[in-house]
Amino acid sequence: MNDRIALPPAGGAHLVVLRNLWVHKGGSPWTMALFSVFEPILYLLAIGVGIGGLVGEVPGVEVPYAAFVAPALLATAVMNSALEETTQTAYAKFAFDRFYHSLAVTPITVSGLVLGEIAWGMLRGLITGLGFLAVVTALGLVTSPWVLLAVPAGLLIAFTFGAAGFLTAGYVRGWSDFQYMQLVMLPMFLFATTFYPVTVYPEPVAAVVRALPLYHAIELVRGPALGQVGPGLLGNAGYLAAVGLVCFLLARRRWRRLLTA
Amino acid sequence: MAVLNALIEAAGLEKTYPARDRKGTAFRAVAGVDFQVHRGEAFGFLGPNGAGKSSTMRMLAGVSAPTAGTLRILGLDPVADGRRVRARLGVVPQDDSLDTQLTVEENLLVYGLYFGLSRRAVRARAGELLEFARLEDKAGERVEHLSGGMRRRLTIARALINEPEILLLDEPTTGLDPQARHVLWDRLFRLKQDGVTLILTTHYMDEAEQLCDRLVVMDKGLIADEGSPRELIERHVTREVLELRFPPGEHEEVGRKLGDQVEVLPDRLLWYADDGEQALAQATEAGVRPLTALVRRTGLEDVFLRLTGRSLTD
Amino acid sequence: MAFRALAYWLVRYRRTWRGTIVVSVANPILFLLAIGAGLGTLVEGTVEGASYLAFFAPGLLAAATLQNAFVEAGFKVNSALRRERIYSTAAATPLEPGHILAGHLMFITLRLMLSAAAFVVVMALFGLTGSVGVALAVTLAATLTGLAFAAPLAAWAVTVSDFPQLNTVFRFVVMPMYLFSGTFFSVTQLPGPLRAVAYALPLWHGVDLCRALALGTATPGTSLLHAGYLTLCCVAGVLVARVTFRRCLHA
Repeated sequence: MNDRIALPPAGGAHLVVLRNLWVHKGGSPWTMALFSVFEPILYLLAIGVGIGGLVGEVPGVEVPYAAFVAPALLATAVMNSALEETTQTAYAKFAFDRFYHSLAVTPITVSGLVLGEIAWGMLRGLITGLGFLAVVTALGLVTSPWVLLAVPAGLLIAFTFGAAGFLTAGYVRGWSDFQYMQLVMLPMFLFATTFYPVTVYPEPVAAVVRALPLYHAIELVRGPALGQVGPGLLGNAGYLAAVGLVCFLLARRRWRRLLTA
Repeated sequence: MAVLNALIEAAGLEKTYPARDRKGTAFRAVAGVDFQVHRGEAFGFLGPNGAGKSSTMRMLAGVSAPTAGTLRILGLDPVADGRRVRARLGVVPQDDSLDTQLTVEENLLVYGLYFGLSRRAVRARAGELLEFARLEDKAGERVEHLSGGMRRRLTIARALINEPEILLLDEPTTGLDPQARHVLWDRLFRLKQDGVTLILTTHYMDEAEQLCDRLVVMDKGLIADEGSPRELIERHVTREVLELRFPPGEHEEVGRKLGDQVEVLPDRLLWYADDGEQALAQATEAGVRPLTALVRRTGLEDVFLRLTGRSLTD
Repeated sequence: MAFRALAYWLVRYRRTWRGTIVVSVANPILFLLAIGAGLGTLVEGTVEGASYLAFFAPGLLAAATLQNAFVEAGFKVNSALRRERIYSTAAATPLEPGHILAGHLMFITLRLMLSAAAFVVVMALFGLTGSVGVALAVTLAATLTGLAFAAPLAAWAVTVSDFPQLNTVFRFVVMPMYLFSGTFFSVTQLPGPLRAVAYALPLWHGVDLCRALALGTATPGTSLLHAGYLTLCCVAGVLVARVTFRRCLHA
């Protein structure tokens, strides 16, 4: 037995992250952030400025429309960054590069693999979140120092959606299945109070909206960004953590079945 | 048999895959096999596609739990102690599954880290392995620019990063050109000389004869027989074989005429005899006029035919 | 000959058409519901003389057709050459590159028209199309808009080595165009120089054509101008694609 071998701790999750960093080491984190931030910023300009020009007063909102929309777009951007890594990219690694199969025969465990990929999604989400925050600050849309809470909030959001994404990737049969994912993501994006407060909806609809994870993600960022910090945020955070944890456990079970049948 | 120093012991090993849906049926890929592999030997699984070779290899690699029977690898249970077993194995999968986004050297480095090797150790080891795989001048190249033979050598080098005691190779030369195969065989010989235990699957007879000290012939999830290539040949076939070819459609008829000593294949007849020339003379006497006739030494392919009743090229 | 190439894509589409129809119908329903029920109620007054929903729907139709065109003529064309090697297989038959191109473009046209039609049906459900004639005209206008992108995209995508380049263009070229071509808000809201840029974008012509037809404000002059510009893009794309397809398939 080779005594230089010491089994990596935590199933080797950090090594999975390290490998992903190596793949990206050609580019700087700022190019990465630019890539992920470009689209949400465009949305912010189009919606905040363009539609903001059409929208007068938003009932129950005292800030300019762009300042109201920006936190929601931040939460969405972080979510999308984490999802991109744990759905499409993960599926390609699994089905085409057979990367996960080659990990399965090393001392990296399935738990380590799942944790590592989710952590990588969180790292991507964090970079996107910071980039977005920088742009929003530069545009003068930040009104409260509490906005810094968006950083831990972003990590939690990336965890929840990263875990959900990796769970989904375990069930994808082919590229065309991703269009069904869009069928879930698009309405969530449109209805989860991105563009207007939940009070616009009648009560039964509002209840459905409040069940969407993205709704809680947006609340978690929007509250502090607008300087409204209260115990309600703990509820939002708890909800996201619970969803993320359940998805992580299910994802682990699913990937164990896929890789060690 | 010296069971004491067996690195791998399998008894009554089975693998059944559950039905994909309620209408489907469960599939028994491995239907109860016994074998031992000893330290330092090259052990082969020979068989057609679907014989259960790859399923057996997956169980040996510790990524697939046996449904029945016992399996000990390096004295450990590969299910309960999967990580510790995998830490001491090297696996060369059939498809190379290299990290196409990384360079040749990075593939070795990152793979070594997965085994908990220190960065310094892994760097030194990667240097040695690049030389071993004759890829020194390709170190900085992206994997996608490598030829098939180079990729396979890199995959083998990668599997050796943790200095494994056992190297598992699933069809190591499938899809390679003859030259690349010879280079690869040469590397595998060297490993064997260094004391690495090799376990490989193949459906190439020449490869099995070249590389394996001992092999098992698998068919339909079972072991048909076990032994060294020489032993298997002596046990199952005569010294020589006469191959006769006829126009399409006549094989069955001539086969009936010549009786039980011949094996009828779709494209030719095989007549096993200790003296092939004599058999040819007998055939000519019986009025048989083949398009071509060839006498050759028997080999593993003939053993396989005898044991499973079909050609490996099926 | 080109019809043989078309037949291939049609056979393939039999496996996936259900999913694409579901998406083509569900997407506009969701968008129109969310915008109509939510944002639309916040917008004060009218935009270009219409309710926000009526203003937005045809714009989204044109933009969605652009997105479909990018998938079909960008990703699928590239994949047909590089990943799936469908073109190489076809090129080994008596089919000429020009036939392969024509067959695929015909399929893309059908595919875009089908999605546009599904979208227009949804618009009708929301009471946003006046008559069957209007619905047909809007469908055709959206298809033309899609083709104005599909042909040049195919010409370019066949030369690209893999998806990342396509993704970059999608993110940095298509998305901005998607958002700022008068889809969500009138281009007149843009500052002067940007407005000039928007007027040059083919998508704006598509959006304005679809919108004018849907709202019944179309005049023959501007409609012809828009349609002409889009046709020009399409023809130019086909001409370039004939060259790039020959170069890349018979390389």
